[in-house]
Amino acid sequence: MNALRWTLPLTAWVLSPLMLGIINRVKAFFAGRQGPSVWQLYYDLFKLLQKASVYSRSTSAVIRMGPSVVLACMALATTILPWGELRAPVTFVGDIILLAYLLGLARFATVLAALDTGSSFEGMGASREVQFAALAEPSFFLGMLVLVLHFGFSGLSKMVSEISFETWQTSGVLLTLVGCSWFILLLTENSRIPVDDPNTHLELTMIHEVMVLDYGGPDLAFILYAASLKMWIFAALVVNLVVPMHSLTPWWQAPIFLLGMVFVMILVGVVESILARLRLQQIPKVLIGSALLSLIALIVRLMG
Amino acid sequence: MTIISVLLILSCLWLLGSSRLHVAIRVVAIQGVLLGVLPLVRSMGKIGFGVGVLGLSTIISKGILLPWLMSACLRLSGIRKEIEPFVGFGPSLLCGTALLGLAVWIADRLQLTQAQVPQVLLISSFFAILAGLFLMVTRRKAIMQSLAYLVMENGVYGVGVSMSLDFPFIVELGILLDVFVGVFLMGNLLFHLDREFEHLDADKLTELSDLSKSTPVLDAAEENA
Repeated sequence: MNALRWTLPLTAWVLSPLMLGIINRVKAFFAGRQGPSVWQLYYDLFKLLQKASVYSRSTSAVIRMGPSVVLACMALATTILPWGELRAPVTFVGDIILLAYLLGLARFATVLAALDTGSSFEGMGASREVQFAALAEPSFFLGMLVLVLHFGFSGLSKMVSEISFETWQTSGVLLTLVGCSWFILLLTENSRIPVDDPNTHLELTMIHEVMVLDYGGPDLAFILYAASLKMWIFAALVVNLVVPMHSLTPWWQAPIFLLGMVFVMILVGVVESILARLRLQQIPKVLIGSALLSLIALIVRLMG
Repeated sequence: MTIISVLLILSCLWLLGSSRLHVAIRVVAIQGVLLGVLPLVRSMGKIGFGVGVLGLSTIISKGILLPWLMSACLRLSGIRKEIEPFVGFGPSLLCGTALLGLAVWIADRLQLTQAQVPQVLLISSFFAILAGLFLMVTRRKAIMQSLAYLVMENGVYGVGVSMSLDFPFIVELGILLDVFVGVFLMGNLLFHLDREFEHLDADKLTELSDLSKSTPVLDAAEENA
């Protein structure tokens, strides 16, 4: 059983680049293009790993540490994620906080490395990243608070394994609100379109991309791979929240979970295709709105 | 009922954050329909004649008639479609959060003697009242202010329905009439303002005094030029 638990993070480590490939294929489909293969990120990673790293003379050890720290944080965070009743390998009371702070530490390392380059351009990106992260944090924690109040304070694995069809019948409003809030969080944290454009290299619009401009070779591979893991983490949170795993037989949980992940990726692709990128001043509005969704869920939980 | 309350809160927040007049009107229309469905849901299946009339009349007046009147105003007067706020949309949303907290506090402090008053509905109604007041103070266009008045009235209606279903029936009809007349008058006022000043800023009403040297009509015309 214990060995079986490790299949969860292993699947995440193997399959996460595929998820970004799916998003790109959906976007290509909507644009009427053929699009890159779904395995494209694997090829990219392989290519980048064979190259050597180049560092600017003005940088210090901080930028060399950055990608490793980010990748380590993300890889650790995947070990906390459960799917259904199959518990995560690392689970204890309050592991949600660890999850949040691992993501925070990864962001901190990225921002420090960006500042370390001494480029004003990257400094600007770092400032934006931190500003929007501060606004995105409440929706994560308020959503978690709702879950904790509803299922009792325990590990993430135990909480999400209790979500069943009955939960949807009695408190579907809560799950819908938190689910919507977390989906917006997913788009924000992974710098997807309404908030940030992963493809753009325009100075005025970049948030996350600008911070990783100075990496090349294996470092860039680490960053790209960590980004795909981060996407996996947030999508897994949403899927675990929305799918009533408790009502499914254990053998069905893993396929349904993966199907849910693919569905979330398709949803992200559709959102990216039909929405335009927001103006920078509009983004706080969206983030506050996302936090408010969680807040309303909290109010409904406490007063309803 | 929880779903309706949540949607009511969300629609108010949407109003606080939206920058387009016709979107705001549509949101208020949706709010009206929600409030019309509310008494039907609240009566738990035993839909009497009074409740039916209340629901239907609400949907027709708040959901269809008033928004239609508003959008007619908007179309005929040819004003610009943006809402001009005194407080920006992001800060408005933050204030909305604070108001939501205030609404929770009020509903919590109220200590109602009746047992089966749905707390969430009460919160969302109080929030609609507060949000309506906030919108009325912070938006410049006269049409937006009358819209905000309607939102506030929606909140009053929500509180009425959440308290009891039988008593407020007559009161509600009275209030509906008030609003109808109010909006009717407001419409007239809007057209009138439009003819006089070429725009609908309520701010410009201060220039109506006789003390200004030149005529207000000319002032406004100059500003527009």
